Amino acid sequence: MNDMIVLNDVTKSFLSDRSIKDKDGKPHWFTAVEPTSLTIKQGEIFGLMGYSGAGKSTLLRLINMLERPDSGQVVIDGTDLTTLSASELRIARHNIGMIFQQFNLMSNQTVFDNVAFNLKISGYPSRDIHKRVMDCLAIVDLTDRAGHYPAQLSGGQKQRVGIARAIAPSPKVLLADEPTSALDPATTRSLLTCLRDINEQLGVTIVIVTHEMSVIRRLCDRAALLHQGQLLEVADVRDGLIQATTPIGKGLVVED
Amino acid sequence: MLTGTELSASIDKLLVLRKEIVSAFIDTFVMLGISTTVAIVIGGLFGVFLFLSSDRQFLQNKTLYGLLGGITNFMRAFPFVILMIAMSPFTKAIVGTGIGPIAASLVLAIAGSFYFARLVEQNLREVPRGIIEATESMGARPFTIIKVLLNEARSGLVLSVTILCISLLSYSAAAGMIGGGGLGDLAIRYGYYRYQTEVMIFIVIVLSIMVVSIQASGNWLANRLDKR
Repeated sequence: MNDMIVLNDVTKSFLSDRSIKDKDGKPHWFTAVEPTSLTIKQGEIFGLMGYSGAGKSTLLRLINMLERPDSGQVVIDGTDLTTLSASELRIARHNIGMIFQQFNLMSNQTVFDNVAFNLKISGYPSRDIHKRVMDCLAIVDLTDRAGHYPAQLSGGQKQRVGIARAIAPSPKVLLADEPTSALDPATTRSLLTCLRDINEQLGVTIVIVTHEMSVIRRLCDRAALLHQGQLLEVADVRDGLIQATTPIGKGLVVED
Repeated sequence: MLTGTELSASIDKLLVLRKEIVSAFIDTFVMLGISTTVAIVIGGLFGVFLFLSSDRQFLQNKTLYGLLGGITNFMRAFPFVILMIAMSPFTKAIVGTGIGPIAASLVLAIAGSFYFARLVEQNLREVPRGIIEATESMGARPFTIIKVLLNEARSGLVLSVTILCISLLSYSAAAGMIGGGGLGDLAIRYGYYRYQTEVMIFIVIVLSIMVVSIQASGNWLANRLDKR
């Protein structure tokens, strides 16, 4: 399989709150991602796992450059995103869908329009948009909700709209930032099945950030275990078990 | 209590003034129409840029935000009556005269613009950050992101236009100072200076009805547009 996502020594730090100063009196820089290299293969479901503050969300947001890395390369499907101009990056992003913990749907637009929006901005032929939207809603089993507004939907349904919106322009990569953290266990299970189906049917590479061990065990092929901005290891997931080898990694995957 | 004769005498006095009242109505509508429209356009643009240049937004720029914010604060610091006098050379240069309803509309528009700019900024701040982020992640152009922002904030924006419109209606009463005319001016000239209390009462009632209807339509439209 080809390499879909290659991170090459990416780093990212943020300026801390103004009240925190270093010993020399300068503002403190907080390192969210220490130099990290990672390769994710085409068609894989890859987990980014760790406690809060481990840098997993930041690492995910480096992949579509919602956060620009301080150094290193982000190579998606052979293109180094860090070298692109603003307009080239916009085009590259049509190839990278994203879903969020808080869904982030446009609340004043119907389900249909939320999905159609992503197609419009990615330059999808306008006469085909209606059919494509309905096809994507069918994939997430929401065709009967096309005319509803997000506020009229349950959390699980909102997230499925998020998925339909993200996959509408047929991206090669789907980034999922804690997609089940706002959902109850039963809804989480059905959402994971939905992501699994999408991966199998459309061949889209999925990168999922989560702090829930069970999500990794049920869904992922491999997972990166992160701790305080550092990549501890990349563990295989076999037979629903995370094969951690490092001491901290083993501690991390012990289900509480 | 008014007796029937007193009431009919008052109505007669108002009827004598019917030409003035009609032209005051027209002046008020002209001033309100022009100034609200201009303030929505200029203030809207200003407000959008205020918001976009603020912290963590995609045009984030401390200097630009400081400049736009400074101009806004400075213009809003003027009491309206003073602004009218201060702007008279400017209105003369633009509409050819420093007096009359059109000149007054221009001053109202400027005062309204900076007031509205702050209201727009505040409304855009209410849009969840995640929605902007999702739009960015899809590869939307900045202009598309602005459209999404405005659409998500639309019910708040409608209420802000309502507040703007009512404030300008109340400001316009002072426009009489530069011959702007209008209902407020009529109330001051006849109701106050000439002790014609019935004119004052009549105009206050008319203005109240206008305020209530503007607010009610604003509320109705805002509710209709709000799908959150």
